[in-house]
Amino acid sequence: MLFDQYNPLKKKVLQILDNEGQVINKTLEPSIPDDVLLKMYQTMTLGRIADIKAIQFQRQGRMLTYAPNMGQEAAQIGPMAATSDNDWLAVSFRELNAMLYKGVTLEQLFLYWYGNEAGSKYNDSVKVLPVNVPIGSQISHAAGLAYAAKIQKKDEVVIAYIGDGGTSHGEFHEGINFGAVFNVPMVIIIQNNHWAISTPRAKASKAETLAQKAIAYGIPGIQVDGNDTLAMYVATLEAIKRAKLGQGPSLIEAITYRMGPHTTSDNPKIYRSDEEVEAWKEKDPLKRFKNYLLNKKIITQASDDALNQEYNQLVLSTFKQVEDSGLVSLEEVFNHTYQEMTPLLKEQYNDLKKYEETEGR
Amino acid sequence: MALLNILEAVNKALETEMQKDPSIVVYGEDAGFEGGVFRATAGLQKQFGVDRVFDVPIAEAAIVGSAIGMAINGLKPVVEMQFSGFMFPGYNQIVTHVARFRNRSRSKYTLPLVIRMPYGGGVKALEHHSESLETLFAHIPGLKLVIPSTPYDTLGLLRSAMRDPDPVIFMEPKRIYRAFKQEVPDEDYTVPIGKAKVVIPGKDITVVAWGAMVREVESALKLIENDNISVEVIDLRTIAPFDRETIVESVKKTGRLLVVHEAVKSFGPGAEIVATVQEKAFYYLAAAPKRLTAPDITVPLPKGEHHFMIDPKQIALEIRNIVSMKA
Repeated sequence: MLFDQYNPLKKKVLQILDNEGQVINKTLEPSIPDDVLLKMYQTMTLGRIADIKAIQFQRQGRMLTYAPNMGQEAAQIGPMAATSDNDWLAVSFRELNAMLYKGVTLEQLFLYWYGNEAGSKYNDSVKVLPVNVPIGSQISHAAGLAYAAKIQKKDEVVIAYIGDGGTSHGEFHEGINFGAVFNVPMVIIIQNNHWAISTPRAKASKAETLAQKAIAYGIPGIQVDGNDTLAMYVATLEAIKRAKLGQGPSLIEAITYRMGPHTTSDNPKIYRSDEEVEAWKEKDPLKRFKNYLLNKKIITQASDDALNQEYNQLVLSTFKQVEDSGLVSLEEVFNHTYQEMTPLLKEQYNDLKKYEETEGR
Repeated sequence: MALLNILEAVNKALETEMQKDPSIVVYGEDAGFEGGVFRATAGLQKQFGVDRVFDVPIAEAAIVGSAIGMAINGLKPVVEMQFSGFMFPGYNQIVTHVARFRNRSRSKYTLPLVIRMPYGGGVKALEHHSESLETLFAHIPGLKLVIPSTPYDTLGLLRSAMRDPDPVIFMEPKRIYRAFKQEVPDEDYTVPIGKAKVVIPGKDITVVAWGAMVREVESALKLIENDNISVEVIDLRTIAPFDRETIVESVKKTGRLLVVHEAVKSFGPGAEIVATVQEKAFYYLAAAPKRLTAPDITVPLPKGEHHFMIDPKQIALEIRNIVSMKA
């Protein structure tokens, strides 16, 4: 059993690819179909480009606050590739890659960060919860989704994301504990990117690993090289298997690094060293996975160049579309408070409408 | 017909609705096996099984948060906060998520769920067991807040809450849980959310109350029955969205308003009701609209609670004062 082999208390960390993308753990190398490997790589590439561009747009004053994902692509794409279409995803707010993989469109994601709720109205078949800003509160949503799946005998597993900082929150404890007590099909992934804005991982918890917190909940926990797409895939696949067998939740700590700022309003140079950032560049998840696919001849340098070019264009044109989408109508901001507007809301809506029509806004 | 008190009406509403709707699940601290500290959910686990009626860890944030997930994934959770004063760990979930999921997702994700909680004082309880926290819910867009005052309304309103497409906070006046019984029909009926009830019609003054205060107002009327004052008593029943029409129409007729609530005064529901009447019926007023509420202090422990609770004598005095006021 993978979770037994990689006991966080024994300082074991699951890794399959080295920093150059060479397989160093042959026995655990998963057999993922080529088309899936390609989809994983394409999504990571799109996510990376979208991230870089979003920061540029923000610096140009064209985008609001944005939370970059750069450096954390493996911790998101590996797990998502292990899910099926039936499975749910409950995100925190730094999971652009995971959301893309599960069918949220780039246009929707940009629309959300551009300041429009319509960006969180995903297509009908997409089983992803919207970006969740209150830290840690998504874990109990995931537990509830999973409880509902369990008692309605739906073939679903719920993947919930949280950051290292979020593990300090009482909601993290309450949510996992609830899921564990009812043995629900749920996988909690901590993206330990080492920084909660300016607060280092060591101040989030005195525990040596975050994975070991699982032990107190009576569920398995594992530390994984979070910049290793294959290791994240394998760990999540195992956790999903347990969930489907009715063995309850698992906790995965992805050891990764936030290469960018917390959000575009943050300057990480104040609180962390250039050396630390440089050292993590060596472990770049995209480079590692790319080399793996180059070695397997699933991609070539030429195909990769073409892909990058295509996605650059796609990101630019998608953002342009979002920029052209304009402001949200008065009706839209009133329409979704309740299924039907209350008499008071109708009155307030009509008053504002009249004001805006006569005075403009 | 069945003769039920408010607590039994809660139980009956849950039971009858669960029989009709297999997606309803009921849970809370001690709500499963034991049936809750007040026994509001007694017997339900036996009838519907442990998957649908269950005990949970003592964690209000997880109770509310998990209900959100369940509501999104096909269930209709009816959860219990053991006392309204204990709901604060769950308040984060209520305000940041329960009230907002529909709007946040532009109606992709809606939350048909009910959060029940006993509230109010006068039962000689420990600290945090006696608060009236209506305002904390009524102020939040996206929530509905219902408070019954009779067994009949409890059964009808709780059914409506469970059939509502949006989240409903259902506050139960625990002081009168077992105070009296009332005949309720066996057949299915509902009481609509958002509609107040004119309990006693009158023409000189409108008195608005809800929950345990409705009975206190009725008792006050006995104290002034020889005063020749015709009092119109309105049971608000839904605090959010409240029935402005019924109140405004009543004040237009009576010209006078008294709001009685157990919650503390400042920024309480009374302020909203009085302000609405000022906006909508100002020129009909014969006297300044008034509020009779608890003072702005922490609910005292039992030995001092009598200073805090509204009693019928106060209400009677206030009615006399307002009616004797010249415009």
